[in-house]
Amino acid sequence: MNYRNDQDPNARKQYARIISRYNPKSPILADCVKAFVVGGIICMLGQGVSQFGEEVLRLTPEHVSSFTSMVMVFLGALLTGLGIYDKIGCFAGAGSAVPITGFANSVVAPAMEFRSEGVIMGTGARIFSIAGPVLVHGLLTSIIIALIRMFI
Amino acid sequence: MGIINHTHVLANRPGVVSHAAIVGPKEGEGPFKGYFDEICADDKMGEDSFEKSECLFLQKSIQMALERAGLNADQVSFLLSGDLLNQIISASFAARQIKMPFLGLYGACSTMAESLALGALLVNAGYGQHAVCATASHFSTAERQYRTPLEMGCQRPPTAQRTVTGAGATVLGAKGGSIVIPRVTIGEVIDMGVTDVNQMGAAMAPAAADTLTRHFEEAGLTPEDYDLIVTGDLGEIGIQILEELMEKSGWKLGDRLMDCGAEIYKGLENVDAGGSGAACSASVLNGVILPRMEEGAYQKVLFMATGALLSPTTTMQKESIPGIAHAVAFERRE
Repeated sequence: MNYRNDQDPNARKQYARIISRYNPKSPILADCVKAFVVGGIICMLGQGVSQFGEEVLRLTPEHVSSFTSMVMVFLGALLTGLGIYDKIGCFAGAGSAVPITGFANSVVAPAMEFRSEGVIMGTGARIFSIAGPVLVHGLLTSIIIALIRMFI
Repeated sequence: MGIINHTHVLANRPGVVSHAAIVGPKEGEGPFKGYFDEICADDKMGEDSFEKSECLFLQKSIQMALERAGLNADQVSFLLSGDLLNQIISASFAARQIKMPFLGLYGACSTMAESLALGALLVNAGYGQHAVCATASHFSTAERQYRTPLEMGCQRPPTAQRTVTGAGATVLGAKGGSIVIPRVTIGEVIDMGVTDVNQMGAAMAPAAADTLTRHFEEAGLTPEDYDLIVTGDLGEIGIQILEELMEKSGWKLGDRLMDCGAEIYKGLENVDAGGSGAACSASVLNGVILPRMEEGAYQKVLFMATGALLSPTTTMQKESIPGIAHAVAFERRE
């Protein structure tokens, strides 16, 4: 293989074949099981909070879902601040990233990180650096779906 | 063979006058913990940001090396230094504190070899009696610049490497020192099309193979001429790829090959394919390899640090990762 001619697509293809032999694969099955268990526990916890709101606090159905989101976001933010959520995330991957607690983590983590550049231009400017794209595209999708719904 | 040589023989054989290596707490748990000159328990070093801490790591390592050489800053002709951060702030801000004629370098993780090669060429040519070559990196500053905030919970693939927190500095001199630099090889940028930022070792291995082959061909040497061939931060995967590439070109490296990145965290958890960062090779060279050479454990060592010359912007624009490697030979003075 000639890496002195590194723009040659054939040499690059050949090299890609070489490195594919050395790359350890991520343990996908184990990762999936971990994500399922941890994600499941977070969702069970959310369900518990929801039932607490419904049966103990006697909230209306709309208030119950807002109450649950608020509690779960609070927990995600708290665990991020205590330096625990990143360890959960390292273990569980998508299991802790997908639930709403993961959303809280993705907002609080950059907020803490960029505190050293000041509250306004540091935290303020960077707080949505990770969650921002999710929000933009989530809102965009919801508008498109709402429009489709309007015409059918 | 081309018209020019990448390898330069240094007839005046600049010497290694002194060296210093300072690392953070995680590096201090690894197999080299008995070697580093200082292990800082607090990776923020009492500063209020990690950037300031990285700068302080660099500054302290330079000052320690100077002190050991018995030199004042005004006796040094060149400070050659760089780091991984935007606008190489650690190096420039350290140079703000230590007044010396300063040349800022950027070679990503190859900076230790780049600074040594340049320093040796300058001292060999007689432009100064002493040159200080130094670099630093920090896990927390590199994470924020290249990856995600520290508290973000995300999984890392097994090919990922962890940036070493620390710094290393070498003082080169026209005279003195029990180790000399007889030759250096300046590498070319090579990009074999690797785009995955979690495969730095694979991105840099072809540049490493190229520089190494040129070194042997141009200097008329073989791997057997060295007791140890030390690479920077190819990691556990990159080092195997380098071995295969070298074997394909007819050079067997065998047991004498050692990668600082693959060794620095050996036995520790959550470090995936090993260490990386400019301080990875800098701290191992100055803290482990050079002292071991002075003790007589090795007579001849080839040190080659590799760098991945990417930025977060090029990654987002789907560019592949260019790699570079420079080699510096060390020999015990007869």
